[in-house]
Amino acid sequence: MEDEKKTNFGSATVEILVCVRRVPDTSENEIQLNAAGNDIERDDLVYSVNEPDNYAVEEALQIAAKAGGNVTVVTVGSEDDEEVLRREMAMGANQGVLISDDAFIGSDGKGIATILKAFVQKGKYDLVLTGIQAEDGGAQVGGMLAALLDYPFASLVNSISVLDGKLKISREIEGGNREMSEIDMPCVLSIQTGINEPRYVGMRGIRQVASVEIPTYSASDLGVAPAAVGEAGANVKRVDYFVPALGKGAEMLQGDREEIIAKLIELMKAKGGMN
Amino acid sequence: MVEALQSPAQATYWLISGQTLFIILNLLGLACFAYIVTRRMTPLVGGERDFRFDRPFLRLARVSQFWLGQWKHPRYRIAGTIHILIFAGFILLATRAFSLLILGMSENFALPDSSGGIGHVYEIIADYAATIVFLCMIAAAVRRIVFRPARYEVPAKYGEPHKTDAIFLLSLIAILMLSESLFEASKAASLAQQGHTEFLATFSLAWVLRSMLSSASLSTLWNLHRGAYLLDVLTFYFLLCYRPFGIQFHVETSLFNVYFAKLDRGTVKPVRWGVPDEQVDQVKSFGVKTFEDFTWKHMLDFYSCADCGRCSDNCPANAVGRPLSPRFLTIKARDYSFQHYPMFGQAGNGTPLVGGIYSEDEVWSCTTCGACEEECPLLIEYIDKIVDLRRGLVDEGNVPKSIQKALKALEGRGNPYGKMEKKRADWAKAEGFPAPCDVKVLNGKKAAETLYFVDSITSYDDRIQAIGRATARILDNVGTDFGILGATEKDSGHEVRRFGEEMLFMSLRDNNVDAIKASGVQRIVTADPHAYNALKHDYKDVPPVEHISQVIAREVKSGNLKLNPVENRDNVYAYHDPCYLGRHNQVYDDPREVLDGIPGLKRVEMTRCRDRSFCCGGGGLMLFYEPKEEQRMGVKRVQMAAEAGANVIVTACPFCMVNMEDAIKVAGMEGKMTAIDLAELVAQQMVCKRATDGGGADRLAGPAKLVTV
Repeated sequence: MEDEKKTNFGSATVEILVCVRRVPDTSENEIQLNAAGNDIERDDLVYSVNEPDNYAVEEALQIAAKAGGNVTVVTVGSEDDEEVLRREMAMGANQGVLISDDAFIGSDGKGIATILKAFVQKGKYDLVLTGIQAEDGGAQVGGMLAALLDYPFASLVNSISVLDGKLKISREIEGGNREMSEIDMPCVLSIQTGINEPRYVGMRGIRQVASVEIPTYSASDLGVAPAAVGEAGANVKRVDYFVPALGKGAEMLQGDREEIIAKLIELMKAKGGMN
Repeated sequence: MVEALQSPAQATYWLISGQTLFIILNLLGLACFAYIVTRRMTPLVGGERDFRFDRPFLRLARVSQFWLGQWKHPRYRIAGTIHILIFAGFILLATRAFSLLILGMSENFALPDSSGGIGHVYEIIADYAATIVFLCMIAAAVRRIVFRPARYEVPAKYGEPHKTDAIFLLSLIAILMLSESLFEASKAASLAQQGHTEFLATFSLAWVLRSMLSSASLSTLWNLHRGAYLLDVLTFYFLLCYRPFGIQFHVETSLFNVYFAKLDRGTVKPVRWGVPDEQVDQVKSFGVKTFEDFTWKHMLDFYSCADCGRCSDNCPANAVGRPLSPRFLTIKARDYSFQHYPMFGQAGNGTPLVGGIYSEDEVWSCTTCGACEEECPLLIEYIDKIVDLRRGLVDEGNVPKSIQKALKALEGRGNPYGKMEKKRADWAKAEGFPAPCDVKVLNGKKAAETLYFVDSITSYDDRIQAIGRATARILDNVGTDFGILGATEKDSGHEVRRFGEEMLFMSLRDNNVDAIKASGVQRIVTADPHAYNALKHDYKDVPPVEHISQVIAREVKSGNLKLNPVENRDNVYAYHDPCYLGRHNQVYDDPREVLDGIPGLKRVEMTRCRDRSFCCGGGGLMLFYEPKEEQRMGVKRVQMAAEAGANVIVTACPFCMVNMEDAIKVAGMEGKMTAIDLAELVAQQMVCKRATDGGGADRLAGPAKLVTV
């Protein structure tokens, strides 16, 4: 029975891991620089799940619902980050895992990928998903994680269908075209926003998972060498953070309604927004 | 002794004795009816709980007003009058119908007292009643066939027209009236031929028929007599058993539907009746997902709909082409129940309603304005059903993206805009404002007698903040010791609840109740009818709450607040009733009295005013919803104001203001129409008592200057 499951993905379960992250919510905060000018003012900030990660979790849930499967969400962070795991569990993820260790503080993209790699190798995942990028990040982790694991990788994925032991995916190409590919599992995919419509997570859902135990893994649990991660292992260091001066972005169209419409159509045609 | 016709019980029908035949027909008819009604009750028995057994005297009073008194019917003059006549006719004829049925089984049956004067008077009344009902059937059929009022039409997306069925039912009732009268007339004619003229109500159907039969032979009359009786009995039972298959079921259900109707305006039903708030999150499934999730009363609503179309005729969502028609919300559910709870065989269960008979857009399109409920002669409920359907969608995570964002911000920041809590009182700190009117923040150090509950839109929206400042200035001017909650106030949650996010609503409510209690205030004032409705009906254990228009009206009446004459005598004002101040809370007169208290102000009424007010487009989270519609409700509304001859729309709700000002722009009526809030207008016109207050127009209030025509 167990063997059957492993050999036939078409009808058996897919083990899915989704890597998520907690970020300051750009729609609910007024981002200001701190006095030192190297970070943002973090008092009074509202944090939430990195929006692209919601699409990855929703996609995982839809795959699991269609093909059968199990969805685990994982984040690297601190106790505060449990909040986003719970939110994704309220969405329907089967379990959440927190990876937390003082040694991880200050990790760069590669450091995070290294930590996640160690976690992926402890389990048996057919599919690892990430959001296309973190709102405060650089879209690095997915690709690096795949490389470290030596898994196939595709980014900007905007549709997934499960075949026998494989996935058929499409990727968004600049200009709105789509490229269809087949990819073997296990693999890592970074998910483009818009692939689905993430479901709403109500207050009730969050309360229902409020007391579910969330396992925590430390550096030693995962066998990660502290020197390879955290500030010690970071090769990229943030040196500055600033808000660019406002440029002249807006052009106010003058005239009566008809004139404005005519000018707007002209502009949109000129900029390629209209055929 | 005059030889009269025999009674039908003594007649012979195809070798069967009348008595036997009619005993069988009566029993069969009743058995069929009992069976059909039992089957119809099956889903109700399996439906959700609904507590409707309290306040019996109030319920009986409402039965006499809305059922016996047909209170809502005259709102549609012609159809209403026809219905009142038919209803009165049915009530009057019930006794005769009953005694007629028994007559077929017992030849000598007569109701007590029917031989005397009272019986005779009753016969005359019944003759006229039957005649009037008969004529009403003709009038109703002519309306259906010739005049075809638009509200009876069935748009193609909702299926076949209902006209044939309506005409069929009208015909059946006409036949019933005709056969009763023929039965009587044939007997009277036979008596007349023997020189014994029985008195029949002049010009009644029976009277006319008797004249027509005056020269008929006795055997023809006898055949007509027993034939009419058989036709009467058959039609009666056919109608009785056919009614539960369509719109005429309301003849049976209306009494119960009105008795069990919702009593408390402005409220929303709990997620599950009988589950206390603190246990609500343990309820397995929220809201209505399948038909079986409706409460028994809501199912009874579906059976009771008479398809009169008044709800949809008044529904603003329907008027602007949103995919919602309250009439078909009911008809579709009724058809679903007829299909899935058939007369024979297994009752089918549990297909999702949304995605099945309803679309998501249909469920989100409702502004909960209450126009449909206000109009329904049978007191059918819509808002609670819409809210329950939304609860089901929210529970499944199925919420439009634009609303999700606002809900998340409400969870994180306590307002739908995602603005910082600490900026909630900034409207009162606007440059130049605190000097004449310093608004206290009740944060434990300061106390006040009155709380001004501001709510989110007035706290954060640049334009609407002016309503907040106007409100504060009025309170200050009448000498009210008031303050605001500031950062500890969260959104009232009024629309959060009506959009189906009950748990989030409860968390916002609990926060506000705690903050209000901690502030130690004695009463609450708000300028936002949505907050007003929430504080009044959704919150418990908070001090009494008033809308600012009520406060102003009282202060004007007592002479404490004096109003300067309007500067521009050419302006014509029309008051727009906000749904949650008017329909849901019956505050219609206070704002009008205030306007009429401004010397020189010329006021007109829009055709749709007071309890028939037309929603501006909806408040709260509705501002975040992107509806599919042909036109904005607000545009229709400002056009209505223009038609009434007004160039200033006065409203008393911040959301109305947003929608009206947008609509004026969209309709291209800038310069021809202005919108102003009642509080803004009063703050502008009031005689200021304090020397520091410059008086006159609020230097900071944002309302566009009134147009000079």
